[in-house]
Amino acid sequence: MPESIPQDSVGLVQPRTLHVDQSLELECGRVLPAYDLVYETYGTLNADASNAVLICHALSGHHHAAGYHGPDDKRPGWWDNCIGPGKPIDTNRFFVVCPNNLGGCHGSSGPTSTNPETGQPWGPDFPMMTVKDWVKSQTRLADALGIAQWAAVVGGSLGGMQAMQWAIDFPERLRHSVVIAGAPKLSAQNIAFNEVARQSILTDPHFHGGRYYLHDTYPRQGLILARMVGHITYLSDDAMRMKFGRDLRSGRFHFGFDVEFQVESYLRHQGETFSRNFDANTYLLMTKALDYFDPAREYDHSLEKAMEQTRCNFLVMSFNSDWRFAPERSREIVNALVQAGRDVSYAEIDTPKGHDAFLLPIPEYTKLFSAYMGRVAGEVAAHV
Amino acid sequence: MSERDELRLISDWIPQGATVLDLGCGDGALLARLRDERAVTGYGLEIDQDNLAACFEKGVNVIEQDLDKGLGNFQSERFDYVIMTQALQAVLRPDAILDEMLRVGREAIITFPNFGYWRIRAYLGFKGRMPVSSALPYEWYDTPNIHLCTVADFQAHCRRNDIRIIERTVVNRQHRSGALTRLWPNFFGEIAVYRVTR
Repeated sequence: MPESIPQDSVGLVQPRTLHVDQSLELECGRVLPAYDLVYETYGTLNADASNAVLICHALSGHHHAAGYHGPDDKRPGWWDNCIGPGKPIDTNRFFVVCPNNLGGCHGSSGPTSTNPETGQPWGPDFPMMTVKDWVKSQTRLADALGIAQWAAVVGGSLGGMQAMQWAIDFPERLRHSVVIAGAPKLSAQNIAFNEVARQSILTDPHFHGGRYYLHDTYPRQGLILARMVGHITYLSDDAMRMKFGRDLRSGRFHFGFDVEFQVESYLRHQGETFSRNFDANTYLLMTKALDYFDPAREYDHSLEKAMEQTRCNFLVMSFNSDWRFAPERSREIVNALVQAGRDVSYAEIDTPKGHDAFLLPIPEYTKLFSAYMGRVAGEVAAHV
Repeated sequence: MSERDELRLISDWIPQGATVLDLGCGDGALLARLRDERAVTGYGLEIDQDNLAACFEKGVNVIEQDLDKGLGNFQSERFDYVIMTQALQAVLRPDAILDEMLRVGREAIITFPNFGYWRIRAYLGFKGRMPVSSALPYEWYDTPNIHLCTVADFQAHCRRNDIRIIERTVVNRQHRSGALTRLWPNFFGEIAVYRVTR
């Protein structure tokens, strides 16, 4: 944590846990009889509970979206750039809720939590989750918090997919859906990258069929590789060129396979840090949830028909250097909404930062995001 | 003619509850007005980030899209009206965008500065310099207006391409459509406003 908490930070925050005793029927056909959802909230819920914003996290995200857990935290929550007093999701005006998704590894029920039937960690037996399942589980959190309708459901990447699914599955429960750096479904190339990541974990000798907890080990190398390949897709060619170029760590060639180029050093560092903080089974599950996401599938493969279910306003934003979920993918969402006659606005941010741009404080992005959320907050005020 | 007069003129032509696509919608003033006064639904297209932000704040649907890349993402006859104010002269192919407007909309409403206006003729005729005026405030080297035309040019284009002019209002500097602008619009009209269909 910085020496003093910045003015525009939500400050010190604490996660809470909701235990849900109601069973959850999943798309895969299995049922979770009960589950825990860990979540954080920032800001204050107003009297008629009309100022609540749900934040949905992406592949490797969690419930800690903003602020600090304690004085030893080196960094704030993952979306601190966008959540806080005076930031696009202004905690002076909104009550912000961010849960950790089921199947995660940060406190919500998932592969690392205990399977009540066996007393052992769920591991690979934890049911496969889909975006639809997550959204359904999040409605229970909304119920528990007394939120009948979100002012907005907001997310980037896989989080944006949840914001979209909310609008399709529970049209009356949100007024705005904000879909940033998203896609209406994964392309073959997207799935291919996920499959490389999965194979690197699945073939790690320490994976033990997903029961590595019992062997007191974990597929470290597999996770490192998975994250390395993933990370390449989060950055753009230009971003990598600007950040690393062909810079050498020691200034000369060593004619060997140790780290020589700065980009190698960076990727290994990212992979290693990630492997210490993330569960392999969760990573496998999350990438599958991405692959399965295709809301049009339920509607004769017509995204337009899927969007006809929605009632809320949409904001769709993309980044021109994002090649993981390129602007064309966001435009597919926009076009389907236009065809369905739904309210939608779209902005394409000019930045070299690639897919990761949605997490970064890019002035143009912040300005547009703030302008839109300011309108959402204005409607809440008028609504009271 | 001030922008507000132009917006009033256009909104008078749009019936209650119509669907509209506004090409180069600026800060969304027209769409907001049509929404509030006529319960019109629709979208604006815009590329300027400040304008996008202004539309977001007004609660106007705006889609970032470059008009020069066409309207291929919109289905035919998706809208009752496709509007383009003061932008025809700034696109790469005015003829192509006009065709697209009449494909996507049942009718199109277009406004543009009339290059045949007598003051512009006089400016060029007597000064021998590219005209600069309140309606055309740019120098020749930095103007976005790359395809200026006159009332006569536009009407000739419509005739050649089977575009039917439903309504025309040509106004002078005092925002009036008087006897002179009606008699000789290409000479006395500063701004031309057309409603056309195919």
